[in-house]
Amino acid sequence: MTETVIQTSNLFTPTILIPLLPLLGFIINGLFGKKLGHASGWIATTMLLASFACSLFLFFHLPAGGSETVVLSNWFYFKDIFIPFAFLIDPLTITMLLVVTGIGSLIHLYSIGYMHDDEGFSRFFTYLNLFVFFMLILVMGNNYLMMFIGWEGVGLCSYLLIGFWFKNQAYNDAAKKAFIMNRIGDLGFLVGMFMMLFHFKTLNYDQVAIGALNLGIGNITIVGITLALFIGAMGKSAQLPLYTWLPDAMAGPTPVSALIHAATMVTAGIYMIARSNILYSLAPHTLDVILIVGTATTIFAAIIGLLQNDIKKVLAYSTVSQLGLMFAALGMGAFESGMFHVVTHAFFKALLFLGAGSVIHALSGEQDMRRMGGLGKYIKITFATFLIGTVAISGIPPFAGFFSKDEILATAFEHNKIIWGLLSFSSMLTAFYMFRLLYLTFSTSFRGTDEVKHHIHESPMVMTLPLMILAVCSIVVGFIGLPPVLSHTHSFKNYLSSVFAQSKTIMPAGHEMSHSMEWILIGTAVGLALLSIAFAHNKYVMQKQTPVEDEQLSGLSKVVANKFYVDEIYNAVFVKPIMLLSDLFLVIIDKLIIDLLVHAVAFITSQVGRLLRLFQSGHLGFYMFAMVISMIILLAVQIFVVI
Amino acid sequence: MENSIQSVPQNWYLLLSTFMFCIGVMGVLLRRNAIIILMCIELMLNAVNLLLVSYSSYAGNAEGQVFVFFIMVVAAAEVAVGLALLVSIYRNVASTDIDILNRMKW
Amino acid sequence: MLTLILLLIPLIASIIALFLRGELVKWFSLVATISQLAFTVYVFTVFKAPNAPEVTNGLLSLNIDWINSPKINFNIGLDGMSLLMVILTNLLMPLIVLAGFNRNQERTHIMYSLMLLMHFALIGVFVSFDGFLYYIFWELALIPIYFISLNWGGVNRATVTLKFFIYTLAGSLLMLFGFLFLYWNTASHSLSWVDLTMNHICSCKQGFIFWMFFLAYAIKIPIIPFHTWQPDTYSSAPTQGTMLLSGIMLKMGLYSLLRWLLPVLPMGTAEYTPYVIAMCFIGVVYASVIAIMQTDLKKLFAYSSIAHVGLIAAGIFALNVQGIQGGLVQMLAHGINVVGVFYCADIIINRTGSSDINTLGGIRVLSPRFATYFIIIVLGSVALPLTNSFIGEFMLLLGLFEYNSWAALFAGLTVILGAVYMLRMYQKVMLGDVNENVTVFEDLKWNEELVLATIAILIFAFGIFPKPILELVAPISEQIYRLSFVR
Repeated sequence: MTETVIQTSNLFTPTILIPLLPLLGFIINGLFGKKLGHASGWIATTMLLASFACSLFLFFHLPAGGSETVVLSNWFYFKDIFIPFAFLIDPLTITMLLVVTGIGSLIHLYSIGYMHDDEGFSRFFTYLNLFVFFMLILVMGNNYLMMFIGWEGVGLCSYLLIGFWFKNQAYNDAAKKAFIMNRIGDLGFLVGMFMMLFHFKTLNYDQVAIGALNLGIGNITIVGITLALFIGAMGKSAQLPLYTWLPDAMAGPTPVSALIHAATMVTAGIYMIARSNILYSLAPHTLDVILIVGTATTIFAAIIGLLQNDIKKVLAYSTVSQLGLMFAALGMGAFESGMFHVVTHAFFKALLFLGAGSVIHALSGEQDMRRMGGLGKYIKITFATFLIGTVAISGIPPFAGFFSKDEILATAFEHNKIIWGLLSFSSMLTAFYMFRLLYLTFSTSFRGTDEVKHHIHESPMVMTLPLMILAVCSIVVGFIGLPPVLSHTHSFKNYLSSVFAQSKTIMPAGHEMSHSMEWILIGTAVGLALLSIAFAHNKYVMQKQTPVEDEQLSGLSKVVANKFYVDEIYNAVFVKPIMLLSDLFLVIIDKLIIDLLVHAVAFITSQVGRLLRLFQSGHLGFYMFAMVISMIILLAVQIFVVI
Repeated sequence: MENSIQSVPQNWYLLLSTFMFCIGVMGVLLRRNAIIILMCIELMLNAVNLLLVSYSSYAGNAEGQVFVFFIMVVAAAEVAVGLALLVSIYRNVASTDIDILNRMKW
Repeated sequence: MLTLILLLIPLIASIIALFLRGELVKWFSLVATISQLAFTVYVFTVFKAPNAPEVTNGLLSLNIDWINSPKINFNIGLDGMSLLMVILTNLLMPLIVLAGFNRNQERTHIMYSLMLLMHFALIGVFVSFDGFLYYIFWELALIPIYFISLNWGGVNRATVTLKFFIYTLAGSLLMLFGFLFLYWNTASHSLSWVDLTMNHICSCKQGFIFWMFFLAYAIKIPIIPFHTWQPDTYSSAPTQGTMLLSGIMLKMGLYSLLRWLLPVLPMGTAEYTPYVIAMCFIGVVYASVIAIMQTDLKKLFAYSSIAHVGLIAAGIFALNVQGIQGGLVQMLAHGINVVGVFYCADIIINRTGSSDINTLGGIRVLSPRFATYFIIIVLGSVALPLTNSFIGEFMLLLGLFEYNSWAALFAGLTVILGAVYMLRMYQKVMLGDVNENVTVFEDLKWNEELVLATIAILIFAFGIFPKPILELVAPISEQIYRLSFVR
């Protein structure tokens, strides 16, 4: 393989501008943030909007089904392996670009309002711009190492932003936990890359795909690579068993939760698998693993979400659950459906998080839903937009979530009826806990203190504007992927078709489902959702129940509310033993055994010296006697012992 | 000259110098007076000298006699230094008995 | 000739420094080391220039007859590997000198003279192509650092320094035996590197000599279980001493593995590689695990350094081009990072008087700029992509993966554990509420800021543009790799 030639194309400038603009924002804010004051927020937002404009430019100018590689330089190479700084622009990248820069801009704008009074205002935007830069590198790279730069980079920014309020050690713990959990996954990613380098001598997506195709379906190497990469995805996208960092990550400012821990970073794992779709379609066993992990995660997280009382925690578990759903879609080989859900989910989950942020803002920092209630009367825009988001995530037509979720459920029905049942059950739970959240927050009457009640106010325009835009998007974005019963053209699928064309030829396509069957499925899904909404309505609006305090929990509900004690189990199984081992190593092996041996050598030497010193009595006669005796012995040896 | 040395059998030289050497060794080991010990050392050196001279003569090689001169020079120097040490010891402890010199350690 | 000048600048500077007094000696040392650095850059350009007349076969060499019997030549030279180490040394020396600018030490002139003498010896180790000459410089390097640690060190310095001295000296003795053995067993009776790499010693003897050399290097590097001198020495030596030790002197051991062990004794290496790699692996994980619970800042960094160099040694012994090249690149990166972390530790200890991380906290509130530099250095040492140690670590792990995939996975645990102890340390020291011990934390002085900024820039520079370094070491890695195979 030769060094990649640096080529120029008409897309060169916009392509490199997309990541460079946020980087520029990062540098400006990082160096002069203090002096800029609140201008830094506007600079950051402008950079991102410009980036969004470039992404749109690419969207309109990239020929349909085409792809473009933009090489910046050769980063490093050794032996016969070259690793370039290069960007790959194809429909999949552009999809992610639009989501990242589009939603990113809105969240930046929102943050100007949300973080207005924070002393770390400019620092916040510095980190945020850095995050976007890394996220863009992640989705734009043309090889796995570029992706890995972004992959670790977003992990770093996530660390910095979760621990944004660094005076609080609990937040710092959450940040550290997120970074370390991600690193566990990253090791998997690294091993996957080593395997690729070992077998294919390259990390470029297209060449890896060619190498994998030569090996054929079900090859153990490909299974190994895909599994290793999937471990990376488990860490980044918070799947079982590496999901526990995501709920804790809610310690960060709410815009961060919206941008990083809902809309963009956590979907990196899905993007990565979609990007490697050829590899994964060649490894059916890995796909089964992904399907099982995804399904298990979606149900597990949904169950935990039922009994959470922190408004952000509910959304966090809902994110984990939705990510599980996406992985389940990928596991069935429905890469487009997974990506479709990534897009719709990005909109409504960002909306929900920002809405939650607006609620928290209104309540002067209160996050416990038991201290909320009746807010619909006070903060009307937030309520309206939040309602739209909730309906969208619950899968009620014609909101965005319905279309993507329905597509996944339909695929599941064809794939395996049990999986379909489980996923339907999980979406039913989703509808329930989301409406529980909605009712507890906005319906009935206020349960907090009067002090807080007095301060309730609608958020400023910079915050509500993004909410409204996102709400509109959450309504309309689903129409890019209408189900076959409604339309013959699935525009999202068509757009991405060139990316997944090859894996479609590897995996046998399922037969077309009959329209009547599909109507039945849609009806069932919507019916289940409505049923659970009605149940929630009855429980929290009609009967005005509120969740009990933590101490009064008992039995199963206590286990669920405590998240099945997973954190405690991890603590007991991994953290404590390592700490114990650390002490053991230091005290027993290092200090006791090794140092004992080292000191023993010194001790023996000095003791021998002490012993030999006795011969030096000080008597001249003795010395002379010893000399003579020694000489005689030497002579005797010389004469009698033949050497 | 060669004949006069070689008129005595070689073994006798060996025996004589062995005796002289042993007397020197025993003197060094057994006597307590430092001056006598010094003299015994001289005796040992001279035993070796005797042997060197005779062997050199028998072998027809002058190298041995060169060594004798070396040894004599060294011995003279040694006696000079040794006696000087003894004088200063005597001035300090008023004795030349080596049992008194029992502090010769670190 | 160029090499000789590189060698002589620090020596002459060291002698001159003895006659200067006060602040002047610091400025003089700074000027000397910077001019040395500038000259290194010149040598680098000469070395890299195509068809340079001085360079033959990628080697810039000077060979003067010194002693005829036994045959010892004053044979110095520069190839890619030597030049890399010279660059590392000369890059770090100005920083180490600069680090002492706002510290008051007694008998400054002697301290700086010793540092420059050590500089001379280190350069000597890296440019020697004759075994005997190399050995002289190797031992010479130990003497200044012994006196530096002994005179300007912290508590317990006498015991700790003696242990360090005896320990490394014992290793050196074994190496001397090794060289004598080599001398008598080579047909040419020569210790020149080129001759040694062409020896035909039978494999039965190679194994024995291998351990002689390996033990010496294992102590210096240090590879567990020969490491117990290190944490104590690092924590009791003065900071500039620690920087010299950890940044450059450790690299003597790693460099020597590549120069005097693998190519000289390929059969012995081949025979014992599995044991050595196993030792390195256990060391990597062992040291990382210990670092997790360390509360002393300097000891924590010492253990983390043991883990990092263990990985480098393992990668070198994987005996493939990536491993060797990665090892070389990582030596440079580790040198820069470890000097950075120890300097940060020194700044903290100097200002707060405490090195216990449990009694620190909240420094970020008081000195945000210091916090930024510190986190960059921390990220550099946990090998985040786009920082200098990422490329080295990536290649090392890749080399190990080619050696044995499970081995790479095991060694890869360092990726996780490194993050654990580094972030834990950073959290306890820098974040959280301001601890009562650190209520007054002066902002950075100009020299401190200069050192930290330079290190931060180097971390990114080598992470983003590693090409010159990779190109520098690529041919020599190939050469060492070829020589390291059974002849």
